Amino acid sequence: MFLLDIKDLTLRFGGIVPVNKVSFGIEEGSIESLIGPNGAGKTSLFNCLTGFYKAQEGDILFQGQSVMKLKPHKITELGMARTFQNLRLFKNLTVMENIMSGMHCRASAGLAGAVFRPPSQRAEEKRIKEVAIECMDFVGILDKKNMIAKNLPYGDQRRVEWARALATQPKLLLLDEPAAGLNYDEKMQLVELIKRIRDELKITVFLIEHDMGLVMKVSEKIFVIDYGMKIAEGTAQEVQNNPRVIEAYLGKEEDKAV
Amino acid sequence: MKENQVGVQTADTQTAAKKVNTLVQITDRLYELFDNIKIRFSVLAVALAVLLYLPMRSSMYFMEVMTNVWFYVVMCLGLNIIVGFAGLLSLGYAAFFAVGAYTTGILILKYGMSFWLTLPISALMAVLAGLAIGTPTLKLRSDYLAIVTLGFGEMTRLAARNMAITGRATGLVGISRPYFFGLHLYKINHYYYAFLALAILSIFVSYRLMDSRLGRAWKCIREDEDAAEAMGINVVAIRLYAFVLGSVFGALAGSFMAVKMTAISPDSFLFTQSVNILLAVVLGGMGKIPGVILGAFVMVIFPEVFRGIGQYRMLIFGLVLLILMIYRPQGLWPDRSGTISSKVKDKTCKDEVI
Repeated sequence: MFLLDIKDLTLRFGGIVPVNKVSFGIEEGSIESLIGPNGAGKTSLFNCLTGFYKAQEGDILFQGQSVMKLKPHKITELGMARTFQNLRLFKNLTVMENIMSGMHCRASAGLAGAVFRPPSQRAEEKRIKEVAIECMDFVGILDKKNMIAKNLPYGDQRRVEWARALATQPKLLLLDEPAAGLNYDEKMQLVELIKRIRDELKITVFLIEHDMGLVMKVSEKIFVIDYGMKIAEGTAQEVQNNPRVIEAYLGKEEDKAV
Repeated sequence: MKENQVGVQTADTQTAAKKVNTLVQITDRLYELFDNIKIRFSVLAVALAVLLYLPMRSSMYFMEVMTNVWFYVVMCLGLNIIVGFAGLLSLGYAAFFAVGAYTTGILILKYGMSFWLTLPISALMAVLAGLAIGTPTLKLRSDYLAIVTLGFGEMTRLAARNMAITGRATGLVGISRPYFFGLHLYKINHYYYAFLALAILSIFVSYRLMDSRLGRAWKCIREDEDAAEAMGINVVAIRLYAFVLGSVFGALAGSFMAVKMTAISPDSFLFTQSVNILLAVVLGGMGKIPGVILGAFVMVIFPEVFRGIGQYRMLIFGLVLLILMIYRPQGLWPDRSGTISSKVKDKTCKDEVI
């Protein structure tokens, strides 16, 4: 059984069909990628998976449970965390506060807990802080935990976003173009980090990426979509040699005769 | 930004601008001192002692003003949960004040209930009113909420003006004053202490909330709704929580006001009342508890100090607000003042990759 199983998913905005009958499955414990030319519908598909868009047809099964009709926060609670293509940090909060927000759905204290601070609430706060520190340590920004997020360099802001997603304690991590805007060194660190997330934290990783070098390095399986439809899937090797993929990226060879 | 503005101005205003800038720096320095825990506690201990001693020496007039200050502090802290913490714009906060005041007034006058028993009912009414207004609107962006709360504020006032149970335009008169463990609360000093206690309770609850799971969730929603949702925060429910909780503060303040004044009329809940409370929150610094308290002080004391110049005081107040918004748009005592964030700023910020 797949951890995430997408069946004939179709999303329509009026006459436009950003996602058209896409089906595939993501195996537990793997690192898989979604690629495709600009405007192929990758982010739209991601937004369907995480509940930000509501697809009209098909089904999304996460651990065997349909998440099609659920709200984004419910999906996060079930164990699917995401990052955003354009950074969406809580800019005026500290790094620590940013990461602690990820633990919101794993805690339960309400008004009474906040005002009276019973032992259960104190224990919970302590656990939230511990997890936040672990997550910051994991991505390597622990030394910046008291800084205001917007004052961090871009590369570190990306790390904050990854740590924040990890703090929700997911089973599946969806990364939307995690390498966008990173330099070569940072990209190499990202490759390492993605592998560590899978190996050490046992979290399945599914990413959208434009950087082919990075995708080929980390993914065990690659799905290619174009015009909202899946055109290929397989290992890096298989996908690279697939004529339909080459066509989607480079165009058709029409002038062979000349 | 400041330099540009100064550049166009004349020499006179330049020196004035410099003075304002130094003033800003001095206050920032003071706020930093206040962040030191030892200094903070000594200042607060002295302040509390003075506040408790005040009624023994002061005139009735001064106590009346101070009671009003504490009343404003409670209201402003309540609105601060909605506006400052959760980032929702509410323009009809006086309506919740009215809900509390009328609930207590009606229960005492018509049903002869004890004042203390009316408090939980007043809070419950505020919860119901908050849910009724919040549930349909909090799914929308904040701008819509501003319009709806504006309408709700006026609706409440007009309903109170026209319903028999609220005494129509005359309002409720002759609300009996309560006993507190045998002590008849009828002097202004009694109410000074009552409102001071209520204010301290509000400050305590506000601080506890700010540093909690709920408080953090509010701040996240204020910063970025979608990201908060992606982090597993139920945006609509947590917002509603803030809205309802803020309303309860207003209702409780209203209940106490009803027995202090012994009479309430629809004219106590005008739109200007809502605006004044909002103004105090913005003036002091949204989301910063000491700032909001300072804002409440300024809003009550300023008109009293300048009572001598009659109608001109509003003109002066307007000018002061304008100057403040130019030099200190975040409020008098902002949340994370500019100095702190610039100090934290990393050297590496310069080679930011975008």
